[in-house]
Amino acid sequence: MTEPILDITGLNKSFGPVHVLHDVDFAVRAGEVTALVGDNGAGKSTLVKCVAGIYGTDSGRVRFRGEEVHIRGPKDAADLGIEVVYQDLALADNLDIVQNMFLGRERGSAWLLDEANMEQAARETLASLSVRTVKSVRTPVSALSGGQRQTVAIAKSVLWDSKVVLLDEPTAALGVAQTRQVLDLVRRLAEQGLGVVLISHNMADVFEVADRIAVLYLGRMAAEVHTKDVTHGQVVELITAGRSGDIGLARPENAVL
Amino acid sequence: MTAVKAPAPEQQAGGGLVTAVKGRLQQLLAFASLLVIYAFFSFASPYFFSYGNFTAILFSTVVIGTLAIGTTFVIIAGGIDLSIGTGMALCAVMSGVFLTKLGLPLALGVPAAILFGGLMGLINGINVALLKIPPFIATLAMMLVAEGLALVLSDSAPIYFNNVPGYTDISTGNLIPGVEFPNAVLILLAVALMAGLLLTKSVLGRYTYSIGSNEEATALSGIDVRRWKIAIYCFAGLFIGLAGVMISARLGSAQPATGMGYELQAIAAVVIGGTSLSGGKGSIVGTLIGALIISVLNNGLQIMSIPQEWQNVILGCVILVAVYTDRIRKKEA
Ligand SMILES: Nc1ncnc2c1ncn2[C@@H]1O[C@H](COP(=O)(O)OP(=O)(O)OP(=O)(O)O)[C@@H](O)[C@H]1O
Ligand SMILES: [Mg+2]
Repeated sequence: MTEPILDITGLNKSFGPVHVLHDVDFAVRAGEVTALVGDNGAGKSTLVKCVAGIYGTDSGRVRFRGEEVHIRGPKDAADLGIEVVYQDLALADNLDIVQNMFLGRERGSAWLLDEANMEQAARETLASLSVRTVKSVRTPVSALSGGQRQTVAIAKSVLWDSKVVLLDEPTAALGVAQTRQVLDLVRRLAEQGLGVVLISHNMADVFEVADRIAVLYLGRMAAEVHTKDVTHGQVVELITAGRSGDIGLARPENAVL
Repeated sequence: MTAVKAPAPEQQAGGGLVTAVKGRLQQLLAFASLLVIYAFFSFASPYFFSYGNFTAILFSTVVIGTLAIGTTFVIIAGGIDLSIGTGMALCAVMSGVFLTKLGLPLALGVPAAILFGGLMGLINGINVALLKIPPFIATLAMMLVAEGLALVLSDSAPIYFNNVPGYTDISTGNLIPGVEFPNAVLILLAVALMAGLLLTKSVLGRYTYSIGSNEEATALSGIDVRRWKIAIYCFAGLFIGLAGVMISARLGSAQPATGMGYELQAIAAVVIGGTSLSGGKGSIVGTLIGALIISVLNNGLQIMSIPQEWQNVILGCVILVAVYTDRIRKKEA
C-alpha cells in the first residue's frame, strides 16, 4: 500500500461550543480518488476547510509527503500544492476564464501582467484535461453553464502543479451530461498522479470514480474502506447509522483509533 | 468526453465579437448619447459649436473627471467614496498651506498636496478594510471631517496663490506652444491613460475587478483582500489630491467651502459611463465619457440659459436613464 501523500490524524474542530469534528483520521493517496461521504452536516466541508487552512483546528496533526506541516491559511495550503474546489464555487463572475484560473497567481510583472502567457497556459491546462466545452478562454465566467464553471474551478486547481485536490460536491448542481464530464475530469486528475478527494452525496458517482471511501458520521470517521470491498447498501448504512455489520464506529479497534 | 460536445462553429466565430460588443454596450451607448447631446446643442444654440467652447467643455471636465477616475476603482471594487468632494477642497487648502503658508517650492508642495489626498484615501481604506465600517458610512464620516478641516485650516477664508508663480499655469497654461489647449486637459488625459492601463494591465486592476466581483473568491484564491482594498482607496485618494490641485490652480485660490456636491457629480459620471454600483464592472473610458456627458450638459444648458435648478433635474434624469439601461442589459444577459 502506498504511503498517503496527505495524512491527517486526530483532528478536532469546534465552532464555539459545537464540536463538529471528533478525532478525525483521514488519508489521501496520490493517484487515487478518495470519496468523502456523510450525511448533511456530518462535517465534510468543515474537514476540507480545515485542510485548506480556512479554519484553524483545535488539535490534530497533518503530515504532507511524510513531513509534519502546519497549515495556517489558504496560502500555506496552496504553497504545499493543496487546492480546494469549494461547494459554493469560488469564481469571480465578472472575470474571464483565464483571469479566474490565475487569480492570485498572475504571471508577468505587477505593473504589466503577461496575458498572452496566462492565456496560453490556461488553454494548455484545459486541453490536458480534455476540456472541449468552453469555446473561448476569454469568456466571462458569468456566461458559463454550471458544468463549465465547475470545469473552470477544477482546471484552476490543477494549474499549479498541485498534489492534492479536494472537490466539495462538484456535481451537486449538474445535469447528467455535465456530471459525466466532471467525473471524467476527476478520474483524469487521479490518472495524472494527484491525490483527489471527492465529496458527493451520489452513491453511483462515488462507486464509479472512487478507489476508497471515507465515511463521516456526526463528525467522526466511521470507516475508510476500499470501494471494491463494500456495497452501496453498506456505505448507505455507514452514512446513516455510522456502522454496517462489522465495519463502522462500534467496532472496538476502530473506536480505539 | 469527446469533441462531439463542441459548440456549433458559427458560435465560435461570432461569439468573440458578440461578447465584446455586449461587454462594451454601456460604453457605446454612453458615447452615442454624448454625440447625440453634443449634436443637439450644436443645433439648438448658435454659440455651442466652436473650438473655444469645445476646449471650455474639456476644461470644465477636468475636476469631475479626475475625481471620477479614482472613484471608478473604488466603485468597481464594490465600494463607494463620498469624501472626494470635500476631500478635494481640503487638499486644495493643504496645497495653499504648503505653498503659501509653509512656502514650499512648487515641486514639493504640489506632490505633498496630492499625497495628502492619498493619506485621506488610506484612512478610508483602513476604516473600510480593517475596521469593517461600511464604505458609505466610513467615507461619509470622512466627508464631514474633511469639510470641517478645510474650514479650520483656512480660517474659513480662501487662500490665494498670487505669490506662487506658476501655480495657475498647472491648469490654465499651454504646454503646447501656440495652441489654445489648457494644461489641465492634458493632465486629465495623461492620468486617465495611466489609470486605464493600471486598471486593465496591472495586478491592482485585476484585484479591483475580482474584489468587486466576488470578494470571498478573491480571498480564497490567497489574495490579501484587506491590503488591496486599502491600496485601492489610497490610490483613489491620490486623485482627490490631484483634483484639489487642479481646482485651486484653475481658480488661483483654494476655496474651503466648495467641495460638497462634487462627489455626486463624479459618482454620476462613473455610473453613466457604465460602471456598476454593485461592483466588478466598469472602465476608465466609460468614466471619461460619463464626465464629458455631464460637462456637455452643464455647458449646453447654461448656454441655452436654462436655470441651474433645471440643470440638476435633467442631470438626475440622465443618471436614472443610465442606471436603467444597465438594469435592462443585465436582465438580458
Ligand atoms: N462557520 C460555522 N460556524 C458554526 N457551525 C458551523 C460552521 N460551519 C459548519 N458548522 C456546523 O458544522 C457541522 C458540519 O457542517 P459541514 O458544512 O461541514 O457539513 P457537510 O458534511 O459539508 O454537509 P453538507 O453535505 O450539507 O454540505 C454542521 O452542523 C454545521 O452546522
Ligand atoms: Mg458541505
